[in-house]
Amino acid sequence: MSAATLDDTTVPKGQTPRKGHGRIRSRWAPYVTVLKYALLLFFLVFFLMPVYALVVTSLKDPAEVGVDTVWNLPSTLSFDSFATVWPKLQDGLVNSLMLAIPASLISSLLGAANGFVLSKWRFPGADFVFPLILFGMFIPYQSVLIPMTETMSFLGLKGGLDGLILVHIIYGLPLTTLIFRSYFAGISDEIVEAAEVDGAGMLRTFFHVALPVAPPAFAVAIIWQFTSAWNDFLFGAVLTTNRAYWPVTIALNNIAGGQAVPFNEAMASALIACLPTLLVYILLGRFFMRGLMAGALKG
Amino acid sequence: MNVDITNAEAAGITLDGVDKVYRGGVKAVSGVDLTIDPGEFMVLVGPSGCGKSTLLRMIAGLEEVTAGRVHIGDTDVTNKLPQQRDVAMVFQSYALYPRMSVRRNMEFGLRMRGTKAAERKARAAEVAETLGLAHLLERRPAALSGGQRQRVAMGRAIVRRPKVFLMDEPLSNLDAKLRVSMRAELSRLHQRLGVTTVYVTHDQIEAMTLGQRVAVLRDGVLQQCDTPANLFHKPVNLFVAAFIGSPGMNFVSARVEGGRVGFGGLSIPVPEGRTLADGEVILGVRPTGITLPGEGRPALTAVPEVIEDLGDERHVVFPVAAPRVDTDATRAAVDAESADDVLLPDDHARFTVKLPIDVPVTLGEPLELAINPARLHFFDPATGAAL
Repeated sequence: MSAATLDDTTVPKGQTPRKGHGRIRSRWAPYVTVLKYALLLFFLVFFLMPVYALVVTSLKDPAEVGVDTVWNLPSTLSFDSFATVWPKLQDGLVNSLMLAIPASLISSLLGAANGFVLSKWRFPGADFVFPLILFGMFIPYQSVLIPMTETMSFLGLKGGLDGLILVHIIYGLPLTTLIFRSYFAGISDEIVEAAEVDGAGMLRTFFHVALPVAPPAFAVAIIWQFTSAWNDFLFGAVLTTNRAYWPVTIALNNIAGGQAVPFNEAMASALIACLPTLLVYILLGRFFMRGLMAGALKG
Repeated sequence: MNVDITNAEAAGITLDGVDKVYRGGVKAVSGVDLTIDPGEFMVLVGPSGCGKSTLLRMIAGLEEVTAGRVHIGDTDVTNKLPQQRDVAMVFQSYALYPRMSVRRNMEFGLRMRGTKAAERKARAAEVAETLGLAHLLERRPAALSGGQRQRVAMGRAIVRRPKVFLMDEPLSNLDAKLRVSMRAELSRLHQRLGVTTVYVTHDQIEAMTLGQRVAVLRDGVLQQCDTPANLFHKPVNLFVAAFIGSPGMNFVSARVEGGRVGFGGLSIPVPEGRTLADGEVILGVRPTGITLPGEGRPALTAVPEVIEDLGDERHVVFPVAAPRVDTDATRAAVDAESADDVLLPDDHARFTVKLPIDVPVTLGEPLELAINPARLHFFDPATGAAL
């Protein structure tokens, strides 16, 4: 929430409320504003504290690291910790990329197809199928763990990345379906009908008309799916039996969970491990922009 | 440039007892029989909710037909998909594909039907030329004005050379001036292309100016389908009479007795060639059916209550000492124009008359007028049917 939205109920600096503007301002308004900002600042600092510790510790010289000096700034910048943990994380990072990229892309594409059919190419029973798909969102990981591993070993997909990708695609579908269904519901039915009259069937309407306007929904779906596949630990730990397929979360756990691991190394690995999700967010965030539908309708 | 964008094979449309019942039992269209000739410009008109758009969408295949048959040309298309009907539609919202350029919007229908790229390009260029869009071909819809978007929507339909054009209130989002000029353009285009066109509007003026024939619908039932002149002069019932014409027809409760019809102290001989049984009737007369005093015309004294000066003519509203007609039919017709819902101080009928601008009229000053007996309409008060 930005400060601006909170601020717009108060009077801009240096202005007295205009007469006839409809609202009566309390003379306490300026104090309330100050209080609001103070509160916001407090929470900002509070929430950023761990991040501060993470960044600062990872940049310290190993000799400088200690519980009592956690809040101190590093006296000299040192990237030694990164260099130390990099070899241990490298394989995990590659595995996680190989896992999260196809999982998020395929899950989003299938979600887009689901969402399109459920909102714009309605079929009998759509109102029954949608809640059923949605229900998948509320099934906790733990409850499906055993049947899932059984199924995957029966299918011969246990142990490698392919099985893990499949699980993440399926687990992502309810949410991506919801995202795309809501997004397509906001698009005029007449555009789909125009394509129909123009001779396009379901698939061609989907690919030529619906998908080109869907990048904002893809941005949301991919960011979410990438993050959840990347951050997953449980499925990875259960389904990858060979250390060659461990995703970065497990590699990270092994560094942090080892005996007497130096703080600086744990922090550096955590920082490395969380960078890709940040990167995805920064890269895709600009597709959040609206306006892809501009000009389609009367306007 | 005079290229061939005309359609070789215009097809007629036949609706045969067409019903549409929505889930939940709402009957949107019931028992419509309508034959649209090849190359005809047919307008479907009626107040909102009368089923005209539903009927159009059933011709397009976007709405399932509950009962009855739809034929385009000789083909029964009742159960065919829109893609299989060879119709082109212009939507009220234009429904352009937002991520495609004007060219690609126009070529889309051809592309979906497997037309070769070179021909697509040539045809889009031809149509763009005709519609004055040639310089806009590479633009996206977002970069166009409302009128230009409307033309693109039209061009997208024309370029396909379909058997039938379907238009769902295509001009309603344009401003009043542009609407009038687009109306004329549409008429010219239809003359040139000769494609069967079904055009939906709620605006009776648009209907009358565009349609070769106009089908008036009310509550899903076809009331009358005829030429604009016949709708105007020979309405089959009270609803059509009240719906067509602006300002609307004047109505008053009257009584027929011995070959004369009387209301508000006036007694007019029933026009020659008409025989009316004695009893209550609803009498209707158009604003142009009341004139300045003339030979042999029954005189009428009007005390103007409202004067509307239109520059070249004047609309004068005056009360008549007889009960107002307020039936479902007249109300339904007037609602469509969303006007005239004036609070009146009494239950007397109000007549509107169109007078030349050079006739001096003063509010409250009695004015001598006359009724043209040839222009009287009579309706059954119970059924609303014309007598």
